[in-house]
Amino acid sequence: MVPEPVYIAGAFEHPTREAPDKSTMQLHAEVTAGALDDAGLSKDDVDGFLTAGVPEYEHGLTPLIMADYLGIEPSYMDSSDVGGSSYVGHVGHAASAIRDGHCEVAVITLAGRPRSASQATGTGARELRSYQDSFERIYGATNVTMYGMAARRHAHEYGTTSEQLAEIRVAASKHAQYNEHAMFRDPVTVDDVVNSRMVADPLHLLDCCVISDGGGALVVVSEDVESTLDRRCVEVLGVGESPGHHDAGRIDLTRTAAERSGAAAFERAGVGPEEIDYASIYDSFTITVLEALEDLGFCEKGEGGAFVEGGTLQAPDGELPFNTDGGGLCSNHPSNRGGMTKVIEAVRQLRGEANDEVQVDADLALAHGTGGSLGTRHGAATVVLGGAP
Amino acid sequence: MSWEPRPTPDVNPETAAFWAAASEGRFTVSRCGDCGLAFHYPRTRCPDCFSDRVELEDASGEGEIYSYSFTEQVGGWPEEALPLVLAYVELDEGPRVMTNVVGADPESLSVGQRVEVEFVDTEADDVSIPVFTPV
Repeated sequence: MVPEPVYIAGAFEHPTREAPDKSTMQLHAEVTAGALDDAGLSKDDVDGFLTAGVPEYEHGLTPLIMADYLGIEPSYMDSSDVGGSSYVGHVGHAASAIRDGHCEVAVITLAGRPRSASQATGTGARELRSYQDSFERIYGATNVTMYGMAARRHAHEYGTTSEQLAEIRVAASKHAQYNEHAMFRDPVTVDDVVNSRMVADPLHLLDCCVISDGGGALVVVSEDVESTLDRRCVEVLGVGESPGHHDAGRIDLTRTAAERSGAAAFERAGVGPEEIDYASIYDSFTITVLEALEDLGFCEKGEGGAFVEGGTLQAPDGELPFNTDGGGLCSNHPSNRGGMTKVIEAVRQLRGEANDEVQVDADLALAHGTGGSLGTRHGAATVVLGGAP
Repeated sequence: MSWEPRPTPDVNPETAAFWAAASEGRFTVSRCGDCGLAFHYPRTRCPDCFSDRVELEDASGEGEIYSYSFTEQVGGWPEEALPLVLAYVELDEGPRVMTNVVGADPESLSVGQRVEVEFVDTEADDVSIPVFTPV
């Protein structure tokens, strides 16, 4: 049975990258308003709400404090949190809720202000919170050293070089020059990347994403609602999610749960990686992209380094244009979570609303999120989107 | 030398025996009495077969470096402990264990290098921190 079509009708990325004079809740409200405006809907239409936690309010109860603040009483709420991949997965949760009749207009939001809080996202040794932290964080495990371990193991097994990883930053920077909101708009070369300061060997400064304030939101709607809208909508063709973790001590730092989330999303969409015209790939670090490209099936395992050489990822003419907004590496990484902006840029591409110089002739797009850490445990979420006629 | 001011583990009823063994100079792995899996970090129920017949057993304390990274930048870390080498060591018993590699120039390390455990005391008598050093 073919499931009822579900659409993304609104997508909004907050233009700010630094918001010292705003609250995080204010940013949630602003992106909600932005995405509803984009769809041609209003707050009164909202009957589903999804977000993955407000950094300042870690006591939980996220859906309640958000519903209260925004003044909504949704019949479907979801705050499942798998880090930066959450918002990609939420597209699937919203689609399921709509198909089950729980809601018709679901808003997904992300907002945060790590830049204004001077948060050392990559190099901060965090306090112990989880059971596992007592076996990991006590050793000074930081985000960048954990991804550094992934990069070193990938290099050891497959010969991947720093120059190959640098190609990912080069492509993102070429795209970012056309994005007026991007934090870093100057194109860089492979030499620039490998000669930038070493942060956690073998990862250099330019292998790392930006730290930015901001946020984004999506509006997911039923077919009935979509038929009333003037806005060009994008169909949600398939979503997949999977965790990857330490696995009792068998952790493989060269593989990610994108193997499973991607396969599930492709199966539901009835398409394969070779049919994808544009891909948004979560880019906390260059190695995050390289492993995801392999695990999603865009190339064979271990061949990611060769795959990204020669401009493969560069729009508009590369074989697989990626992150045409400049991605997290150059443009935006609001709240230290990149999944939301990945979906937003995929929607722009399918609507023909990417920046002119990087617009791809795209009928099918993929957005992939990686949340948490490849060094310990991570969430993977993949969505395949289609441009509606 | 004491581990502090580096963070010390939150010891709970499920993990106390692991840390206490470490304070006696023994690195232990969890062994499932039903399926035989050796695993780390310690849990009372086997993550493969879900048996509750799990016991800590003394490991050899030896293994090889599975991967590592090193950095001068770790927020709040004592300067004398930098550069910090974060590593996964694959124990001879199988599990890959997150740890620090100490007592070696980070530039001299390599994947596959043989290492052995040593312990750094904490201010708590019943908790020591296992780290690894090249053989």
